[in-house]
Amino acid sequence: MTYIFDGSMPGLLTAVFEWFERKPGKVVLKSIEIFQPEAFAESFTVITDHQKADRVWAGLRKKVNQEWLRKFYCSYLSEIPAAYNHLFHFCLYTFKNAPGAESNYGNEHVMALSKYAKSVEREKHRMEAFIRFQKTSDSIFYSAIDPDFNVLPLILIHFKNRYADQQWIIYDLKRKYGLYYNLKEVEEVTMSFTDQMNKKNPDAVFMDEKEELYAVLWKDYFKSANIIARKNTKLHLQHVPKRYWKYLTEKQSS
Amino acid sequence: MFDRIREKLNILADAAKYDVSCSSSGGTRKNDNKGLGDSHASGICHTYTEDGRCVSLLKILLTNHCIYDCAFCVSRKSNDVKRAAFTVDEVVELTMNFYRRNYIEGLFLSSGIFKNADFTMERLLLVVKKLRLEQRYNGYIHLKTIPGASDELIKEAGLYADRMSINLEMPTEAGLKLLAPEKSHADVIKPLSFVQNNIVQFAADKKLIKHIPKFVPAGQSTQMVIGATPESDKEVMYTANAFYKKFSLKRVYYSGYVPISNDSRMPILGTQPPLLRENRLYQTDWLMRFYGFKVQEILNDANPNLDVDIDPKLSWAIRNMQHFPVDINKADYAMILRIPGIGVMSAKKIVQARKFGKLRIDQLKKIGVAYNRARYFMICADSPYQLKDYQGTQIKAFILAESQSKYLKTDSNQLILF
Repeated sequence: MTYIFDGSMPGLLTAVFEWFERKPGKVVLKSIEIFQPEAFAESFTVITDHQKADRVWAGLRKKVNQEWLRKFYCSYLSEIPAAYNHLFHFCLYTFKNAPGAESNYGNEHVMALSKYAKSVEREKHRMEAFIRFQKTSDSIFYSAIDPDFNVLPLILIHFKNRYADQQWIIYDLKRKYGLYYNLKEVEEVTMSFTDQMNKKNPDAVFMDEKEELYAVLWKDYFKSANIIARKNTKLHLQHVPKRYWKYLTEKQSS
Repeated sequence: MFDRIREKLNILADAAKYDVSCSSSGGTRKNDNKGLGDSHASGICHTYTEDGRCVSLLKILLTNHCIYDCAFCVSRKSNDVKRAAFTVDEVVELTMNFYRRNYIEGLFLSSGIFKNADFTMERLLLVVKKLRLEQRYNGYIHLKTIPGASDELIKEAGLYADRMSINLEMPTEAGLKLLAPEKSHADVIKPLSFVQNNIVQFAADKKLIKHIPKFVPAGQSTQMVIGATPESDKEVMYTANAFYKKFSLKRVYYSGYVPISNDSRMPILGTQPPLLRENRLYQTDWLMRFYGFKVQEILNDANPNLDVDIDPKLSWAIRNMQHFPVDINKADYAMILRIPGIGVMSAKKIVQARKFGKLRIDQLKKIGVAYNRARYFMICADSPYQLKDYQGTQIKAFILAESQSKYLKTDSNQLILF
């Protein structure tokens, strides 16, 4: 039996509700995006219902602690198709067992969530580290990213606390939305780019006059801090995989 | 103007890079004045140099003018290098602008000693005060304590810095006297213990009075240069251990000596820095701090130096086969932690997961245990039954046969014939 849901968090939670109502036995949860009808398998389309979803969420909160709620949310943000099924089964598993069952690392769904959460948290941490702002001529610090997972909701609070006295935008080019901090609060924004515009590195005319100076100083600093006698390219690449170089000011040729 | 600041940054960043500490962890400062910066408890590495070291802080000297002539230091008086000095405002501007662009986690400010210790410390203090009070900067600040500076200056600096450090430079007094006759370990110990006493005092007051300023919340650290003088690993680690104990240091850093001069007292120019040895020392440091090992278990008169081909944890296990194999499903956490191939995270997961049933090999692998290494030292629910008792040396041979050291390529002096 396959359960199909719309890919949203409430949809996923509704699916859990429906399972307990129907008890159909073994079920695989798939999002509508990747679902392919199979000849001999039955399927059931879950219709997202916020009331049901809220009940499941409330139940989950009673069963697992804060740390695991976070892991659950992170795994969801991974947007990996297989993760949805593990999340679904993780819910079934915790609801069927006594509180504390989530620390059973021998269970495949517990282990899977722990792994997904680790990847997502790592990507979140990398964004906190590798995002580089460029100061625009209207004093907004701008950065465009395309992270592997949907981490904007996770990094929001970090940047809001840290850069409380400057306006900033972090834009996810892949998912086409961004965060804008207006010195009071963070709002979700979408931007329309014209075709000629360089989304990642806007032209110098849009930039603050000192932006180039600090970029050059930072590149200089990066070169000076290196000790040539200790060169270790393998370790360097392990810490800064090539796919992140596009974010890094110090990795752009001057 | 543009070129001048670039040149200064190049000179003063280059001179500061041999200080290996770049940690930004342990800061507790919150952005509660709507200023700039908020510390991240575990620290953030914003980039990595091509030698694989983390870049978290803007690490610079205020100046590389120095009245001392320490043989191991690039900024020594007798060395013919370009000298430069930042103004207080330049350092503040650089820090603020780098921080705003998310390049850095904070500032690591050190300095050569110009005129005298107090004069230098005063300048450092001016920078941190300006950052904290005028710019409302709450990012990380690591400040060098200048040996010989007055207690009042050091105490005031401690109110604004997150971490303070003084380098031991050489692991033994004899080594230090050889290369820097004007310095002694006592010069380091005095301010280290002064700051430590204040940390303890502020923490005690905090219990009684609610609003008390922070004093060096991320603690103190120190650094030793390894391989410039002929100390054994035992001497290095015993010194480190004593300093961890006595001054509750957060970290001791071991910096493999990179030859910078043709001084006959030290390795000649072009000698490879002792990277493998440095790595083994850090592994030992971790075993002491996170794995419950006593330094005497790892290094003693019978074993004054660490094994080169295997890590110290494996080395200890092989020397102490009487403790193994350990039953994963019964042993306590401390003993599981001592099994080679099992780290802190895996050990914690094992202790939790075994409450739900006996653990099997496939589960251990998923948990993250390096099973190929661990299997010689543990048994679990479905361990294959084994009649033969292997000797430590045999196990070492098995493990070496199936793993390849990342240092082998650079370390081998042996010619290859075919």
